[in-house]
Amino acid sequence: MSLLPATDTRPAETKRVARSRAGASSRPVQLSTRGHRWLPWLGALLPLTLLALWQYLSLTGVFSAVQLPAPSRVVAAALDLLGRGQLGIHIAISTQRVLLGFTIGALLGLALGAWVGLSRWANLLAAPTIGALRAVPSLAWVPLLLLWIGIGENSKVTLIAIGAFFPVYTTVSAALAHVDPKLVEAARTFGIRGLGLFTTVQLPAVLPAVVSGLRLALAQAWLFLVAAELLGASMGLGFLLTDSQNNGRTDRLLLAIVLLAILGKLTDLALGAFERWVKVRFPSN
Amino acid sequence: MSALTLKHTLTACDINFSGIAKSFAGERGAVHTVLEGVSFTAYPGEIISIIGSSGCGKSTLLRVAAGLEAASAGEVTIDGAAVRGLDSRVAIGFQEPRLLPWRSIAKNVALGLPKGTPKDDARQHVDALLRLVGLGDYAAHRPREISGGMAQRASLARALARNPGVLLLDEPFGALDALTRIKMQDLLLDIHAQDPATILLVTHDVEEALYLSDRVIVLGTSDPHSPATITRTVEVPGHRPRDRGDLDLALLRKELLAELGVEEH
Ligand SMILES: Nc1ncnc2c1ncn2[C@@H]1O[C@H](COP(=O)(O)OP(=O)(O)OP(=O)(O)O)[C@@H](O)[C@H]1O
Ligand SMILES: [Mg+2]
Repeated sequence: MSLLPATDTRPAETKRVARSRAGASSRPVQLSTRGHRWLPWLGALLPLTLLALWQYLSLTGVFSAVQLPAPSRVVAAALDLLGRGQLGIHIAISTQRVLLGFTIGALLGLALGAWVGLSRWANLLAAPTIGALRAVPSLAWVPLLLLWIGIGENSKVTLIAIGAFFPVYTTVSAALAHVDPKLVEAARTFGIRGLGLFTTVQLPAVLPAVVSGLRLALAQAWLFLVAAELLGASMGLGFLLTDSQNNGRTDRLLLAIVLLAILGKLTDLALGAFERWVKVRFPSN
Repeated sequence: MSALTLKHTLTACDINFSGIAKSFAGERGAVHTVLEGVSFTAYPGEIISIIGSSGCGKSTLLRVAAGLEAASAGEVTIDGAAVRGLDSRVAIGFQEPRLLPWRSIAKNVALGLPKGTPKDDARQHVDALLRLVGLGDYAAHRPREISGGMAQRASLARALARNPGVLLLDEPFGALDALTRIKMQDLLLDIHAQDPATILLVTHDVEEALYLSDRVIVLGTSDPHSPATITRTVEVPGHRPRDRGDLDLALLRKELLAELGVEEH
């Protein structure tokens, strides 16, 4: 006896789905943006308007050149700093600090978040303490960091790591605690345990939340970078901010702000693309 | 012959319930006793259906048998050894499909394979199972891209992949249309004829219970607030494959429906 049907004896419901799938793509079409290719560029409208307004206000003399230098002056300041070889250094050192601090903080957040989220004991033991530390406004750490680690790179990277740690820790521990217990149970009945259970069920289930946490952490990292560099740095975009303020170089000050916006947005775009990929690859339903 | 010949076929086990009770902690320290004094034995290769009204504790009984829930009293033994915690001789098809959303249907079914199945065997076996349950064309789909009934069949295939000594199925055909349901019932019987596991099958459908099983166990209570126990055990006459139009079965069906509180006209 053969259990395999020779003719198409597939259940009616299967055939129906097979038919309806024949012509259609399996991804839902985003009707709202179809045929409107320019829609994604709508987000550029506001910055361009602001730029125009800025140029207008500085040209008509509503603000003095010290209060609000024209965009062209900011571009000139950028070229000037570039010519002296300083712009690249400011950008590089700031980016390096952010990436280093973010990586360290995110890794620690992943590890501790996984520990607290997976182990009930760890949760009871450590979650209240970490929660209390999280309640400390992060800038309150600065004096301690300066005292313990000194004014060099390490204290800055540490502060950024602190900023990046908490969003990751919080999202990872919360997401792990909320993985569908029915899925975990099903996997366990099929003999999957321990690390295998983590990689087959828990990790894929929380990945989208983890990446969202990473995005938040990255934003925090840029925030804390400026805080770190405002307090005793000799390079970096935060330093450029304070230094320009002291010298009355509003053009450079604006330049630093624009650069922070651009760098923050670029790194966020990269993580955002990763997030979209993860959400498609590891759907939660 | 069949595409479903397995190298490590587990022989069917007997499973014995003796005096099983199950209580849950209710609100404010109250104790909610769901099952009490459930005793029966399923012999190797036997198919037993468990019927009873919604909420009477059918799923709970299967969960106790699978070691997912500890009995409050009594003991479940499989081939004489008590069930304590998850048991590798048991496979369970849950009432809900419980497929991992990020895995393809084939990879979900592969989850059920016994540990250490060689890669090539695994792929062939999963393919065969998928074709059997009519999902051959859906191996690469994600669970959200298939219908509820298809997901239920995938979940059945996953439980079958284990090739267990005891197969626990919780309303495996509940979400299927009448035609598919009949096909899947016959499929289950084919597989069972070839690889006879001991099967405990929970169902709402009296007709299905009579068509598939050697015995039908009715869980019920005298009044709605007392725990459920076995109120009736029916030996189904004749041998499989049965005639769906059999007169004896029709009479039994009427009796069982009356037992469940449904009067037919
Ligand atoms: N984990 C639990 N905690 C508390 N009560 C529970 C739990 N699991 C089940 N129950 C209770 O046990 C009773 C039986 O539930 P069970 O799921 O076994 O019913 P069932 O017979 O399978 O019903 P259905 O046919 O609707 O699936 C219900 O009253 C339910 O509220
Ligand atoms: Mg149930």
